[in-house]
Amino acid sequence: MSSVLTDELRQKILAYVPRYPSKQAVTLPALHIVQDALRCVPLEAIREIADLLDLSPAEVHDTMSFYGIFRDKEHPLGKTRLWVCRSLACGLRGGDELLDTVCKKLKVHPGGTSDDGKITVEFAECIGACEGAPAVLIDDEARLNLTPDKVDALLEELRR
Amino acid sequence: MAEFEPVLLRRIAKKASPWLDAYRADGGYRALQKALEEMSPGQVVDAVKASGLRGRGGAGFPTGLKWTFLPKDHPGPIYMCINADESEPCTFNNRILMEEDPHQVLEGIILSCYATRAATAYLYLRYEYGRGYRVLQRAIDELYGHNLLGRNILGKDFHLDIFLHRGAGAYICGEETGLIESLEGKRAWPRIKPPFPAVEGAFRKPTVVNNIETVACVTHIIDRGVEWFKSMGVPPDPKNPRDAGSYGPKLYCISGHVNNPCCVELPMGITLRDLVNEHGGGVWKGRKAKGAIPGGISMGIMTEAEFDTPLDFAGPGKVGCLGLGTAAVTVFDEETSIVDVLHNICRFFSHESCGQCTPCREGTGWMLKIAERLRRGQGRLEDLKILEEVGDKIGIMPGTTICGLADGAGWPVKNAIRKFRPEFERYIRSAEKSSLLELVGGH
Ligand SMILES: Cc1cc2nc3c(=O)[nH]c(=O)nc-3n(C[C@H](O)[C@H](O)[C@H](O)COP(=O)(O)O)c2cc1C
Ligand code: SF4
Ligand code: FES
Repeated sequence: MSSVLTDELRQKILAYVPRYPSKQAVTLPALHIVQDALRCVPLEAIREIADLLDLSPAEVHDTMSFYGIFRDKEHPLGKTRLWVCRSLACGLRGGDELLDTVCKKLKVHPGGTSDDGKITVEFAECIGACEGAPAVLIDDEARLNLTPDKVDALLEELRR
Repeated sequence: MAEFEPVLLRRIAKKASPWLDAYRADGGYRALQKALEEMSPGQVVDAVKASGLRGRGGAGFPTGLKWTFLPKDHPGPIYMCINADESEPCTFNNRILMEEDPHQVLEGIILSCYATRAATAYLYLRYEYGRGYRVLQRAIDELYGHNLLGRNILGKDFHLDIFLHRGAGAYICGEETGLIESLEGKRAWPRIKPPFPAVEGAFRKPTVVNNIETVACVTHIIDRGVEWFKSMGVPPDPKNPRDAGSYGPKLYCISGHVNNPCCVELPMGITLRDLVNEHGGGVWKGRKAKGAIPGGISMGIMTEAEFDTPLDFAGPGKVGCLGLGTAAVTVFDEETSIVDVLHNICRFFSHESCGQCTPCREGTGWMLKIAERLRRGQGRLEDLKILEEVGDKIGIMPGTTICGLADGAGWPVKNAIRKFRPEFERYIRSAEKSSLLELVGGH
């Protein structure tokens, strides 16, 4: 039977096992590894992670669904995930307007992916970059002071 | 007053290299060497206890005392969980420490593990801190390469592993038992306490949870001594036997409507007004402030008239706020609508409630719904009463919820209504609408 997890992904996941006294603790690292590679966590991957970690697929799914960060197969991520912060420090300096602008330019609602599959837009709660509000997160790195005049250049950069 | 010299931000201010050689050349790992050679674990605990250090993660619990709650002579394992979830809105001091001076943090972790006899530390890092993750991993690799982590550290009978564990974008993972559940690979549902983590924590073993800034302070307490730490800050109020004082330096975050948003290190106890004017560059656009949150949004709201309140552990409580929290100050100017501030805050908590306790799950949802209604110009005066009522009833303090998220959700709401009532009433009577209403993704 073919599997969705390559040998390489399996090895990456198993490398976390010795770090913890329980295999279940590898759940989050495993979900991140899979989503980074596949841009989502398909149901088959959940079963395979469960197998690797001696868990029931329901346990893996329960954890996965608690954290808004993971996507199922029906809602895969685009090439880049662009999070626009909307919490207070950003909100006071144009965060809500920034999210609106980005969504309109890409013709998506938060959570959606641009037609070319390049950019998934999300709203974020405070990303801890408030000294540079409004701030965005590009996958997992913050970009600060994203004033309206910088939006076009950013989207251009992410489309490349 | 003598010019205050930053300590936690010392190397960061001069843009020193974050890597091991440079850190050591600046006196780094001297404290660890000293502790391993001259101090027993118990003596490190005693020093931290004597320093009066209180946790920087929000609750302000005395660090040394927390360590003594671990069972004596436990055969192990004992775990150290370092809380780097830093998700309280408007807070970013942990990020700066980890990204720019990782070894200062790691030295504090190693010292704290030595003191508590923990042989494994998990650093729970919010997923959004990708840069911090990569910097810390490289710094940890350096330590393994130099016998500062792993077996027989510096030739002593002391072994320690530090593992980075990335979160997955949920605020509740910052609550210490939510963090532990999440580390264990489960949904981050906070546990009912007791048992406290010191008795039964990660993997059901005794566990200490400490914040990044807290352990960074430990480095300097061991390096510079207890007296140095106690030479700054605010001593306990002699009239209040329960006040443990507010000693040491503190990282303050300043954001919102100020000219110079930044993170600055100061002796504990500066007033919010001085912080904003002397370090935040004053309110932007030549305007006046309307108010501010004093320590993350969970701590409530101060009006401009309350800005002379000192930001120590006891200060914000004197003007009806919940506490010092993360000492992250966000200012909003006189042109900001308090309804928009309220809505922004309610939206956060409704989104981040873990859903385990009905009063929190439903209460944060109602508060958001009402804030939304106000914002649409459809509010009613009774809505203010409902908001206050919900704000008063959800939380550990009234005894209706498992964790403190709900207290933090209620506090800014009741502060907002009680401190800005005339503005709310005016808004409702004139059926004003928010200018943010039509934006995509605003709900
Ligand atoms: C909802 C909630 C969120 C929290 N988030 C954090 C956080 O992000 N970082 C943190 O250090 N402490 C956070 N705390 C406080 C922790 O529960 C705990 O008190 C702290 O990590 C202990 O470390 P300290 O004593 O060194 O401050 C949070 C508490 C609550 C109730
Ligand atoms: S108070 Fe709220 S966040 Fe905390 S455990 Fe209960 S439902 Fe979850
Ligand atoms: S509020 Fe946007 S980064 Fe903190």
